[in-house]
Amino acid sequence: MSVADFTLKVRRFKPEDQEGPYWETFDVDLDPTLSVLDGLLQAKDRDDGSLAVRCSCRAAICGSCGMKINGQSTLACKTMLEEAQSYAESHSVKGENGGGGTEIVVEPMGNMPVIKDLVTDMESTHWTKIRRVTPWLLPEGEPPEREYVVPPESMIDVTQSMACIQCGACVSSCLSMEADPDFIGPAALAKAYRFVGDPRDAETKERLHDLAQDPHGIYDCTHCFSCIDACPKGVAPMDQIMRLRRAADEEDIEDQNHGRNHMEAFTKIIEKKGTLDEAALLQESYAPGIKGKLVPKHGAVKGLIESIPTAVRGVTAGKMRSLPKLIPGVHHKLPGDAQDHVKRIYAHAEDHQVELNLYIRGEEPDEEAPEAEVEPEPDEAGEE
Amino acid sequence: MSDLKLAYWPGCVSRGFTPELHGSMALVADRLGIELVELDRANCCGAGVIAEHNQELADTLNARTFALAQQTGLPMMNICSTCQGSQSECQQRLADSEYRSHINETLAEEGLTYDPEGFTNKNFLWVLVEDYGLDRLSEQIQRPLDGLKVGPFYGCYILRPKHRLGYEDHPERDLYLERVIGALGGEVVQYDGARKCCGFPIITMARDVSLRQAGTHISDALDADADCLVTPCPLCHLNLDLQQPEAAKAVNRDLGLAVLHLPQLVGLALGFEPKQLGMNKHVASTEWVQQRLEAVPASA
Repeated sequence: MSVADFTLKVRRFKPEDQEGPYWETFDVDLDPTLSVLDGLLQAKDRDDGSLAVRCSCRAAICGSCGMKINGQSTLACKTMLEEAQSYAESHSVKGENGGGGTEIVVEPMGNMPVIKDLVTDMESTHWTKIRRVTPWLLPEGEPPEREYVVPPESMIDVTQSMACIQCGACVSSCLSMEADPDFIGPAALAKAYRFVGDPRDAETKERLHDLAQDPHGIYDCTHCFSCIDACPKGVAPMDQIMRLRRAADEEDIEDQNHGRNHMEAFTKIIEKKGTLDEAALLQESYAPGIKGKLVPKHGAVKGLIESIPTAVRGVTAGKMRSLPKLIPGVHHKLPGDAQDHVKRIYAHAEDHQVELNLYIRGEEPDEEAPEAEVEPEPDEAGEE
Repeated sequence: MSDLKLAYWPGCVSRGFTPELHGSMALVADRLGIELVELDRANCCGAGVIAEHNQELADTLNARTFALAQQTGLPMMNICSTCQGSQSECQQRLADSEYRSHINETLAEEGLTYDPEGFTNKNFLWVLVEDYGLDRLSEQIQRPLDGLKVGPFYGCYILRPKHRLGYEDHPERDLYLERVIGALGGEVVQYDGARKCCGFPIITMARDVSLRQAGTHISDALDADADCLVTPCPLCHLNLDLQQPEAAKAVNRDLGLAVLHLPQLVGLALGFEPKQLGMNKHVASTEWVQQRLEAVPASA
């Protein structure tokens, strides 16, 4: 086993001594293919037994060792020292107090209170939010005498969200929660989809209604993809949030965030114009018109009025050619019959609504390399 | 003379709310000797919003754009992080041959077909670093951005998820803005918000949260002494520039930080005047940037 030297720069916080937060570096020597968690445990063993870190399985199953490594939320047991080192070098990662470069920067998870060093309070944010989405099955009527029987394929849809190990890495990375601590968040919403998509659950519509109506619910996700990169189990929480939005759309569930209006308006504008007319989108998102007449809904007038200064500024700065709809604007039009083809695509796709889940289906291997080596079959060429 | 010829998808916003992006891109490409063949029949990428409604619809619409690009026989280039992310997402699903043939059946009516073999679609930022080359870019500089302190702002869609955006082959794509700023002679400003979300996707849904995000990043950049930000994403530009006065209110602070589109920053170094690059069409004044550069007059 080859051993290499690594420096871990750890963000410490010791409430009992009223110290911190402060940075401390630990030099460790370990096989580069061992994990950052192994490095932390060596530091704890050799240098400072008071270094607090939560861990158990060391195999990315228990979800205990969530933390930030070089600014990325992840599991310490799943991150190899050499991998963290090379990222730190190429990205010269800086911790909050500066420095960095050749050091692996280790911090507690974000968006939750720190109890001590790398141990965060999972209860006050993560678990509270998980409980918020009623994370258990609500079936109809009396339970059957034996197990529920469902066709296996009807459960496939929720397997991705079932892979969650509750490590909190997605919560730690969430940029919406950073700006709005009340956001229900990626872990809880992925958990919500696990029941919305479950064929045995009888409260699907109520669940969707609840999550769409909450201003900090499904339409508070800013689409930043951080949770997808952070999740060590491929749950892709943001994708589950988008599925919740899709399900809410199918159930015609209105929301006070204008989320569904926005999506419907966007989709319709592209069908009509091929490219996005932002001015029309702004208006339609707040107040979908019927035959040119404004039909303001709850909160729409306020939203529309709030957006007027922006629109006026856009016009005076020369960005927009017109105020939203108030003066008819000139919008880029697709030439010739292109728009008809876009409309035909809509007709087809709205008919099928095929959803391909690569988590379940798996990605096709890159065929480039083997293909280059394969000689064309003379027989086949002859037949043609 | 041009050895780089590309099928060019400008996106919707560069022809709508940020026309200065489209215009500056045309000037800069011409000066760099990059030939752009505009895909004027192509459609909106869906910005992730159409996929929210109907995934197959978003995939078919983007497959159509890819197929139109393939008809030109050229690699495709976009100038919008959001287009990059949304289109890469569709590309990932369209790599599945069975699914792709289903989508291609719809495209057949227009005589189009998408074949992922050898097809690439890259943001101008990636083209600049990977295909054009920063050495070659440095040679074209007429007015080095000496002393100009520039904060990079990437936009989520060009950063994450890494697996989908080619980071396995190009692990440093999340450092390219810093490299371009450096190659142009500018000084990179390190600040907290460079790789965070501008908040734009929820501007109509959670306005306060959205504006707080934009305001916080601009504040952080100002605290780090930035003269301006630069972004390859026109949607980030909308929240950081067009909404800046509202963002200022959301964080209760005077802001006033110029936000440049990537081609504008390149264009300044190539010797174009700010007005030629449409910098007078911004909401946050770009005058400070102009003043900073006046010490180094353009020789072009």
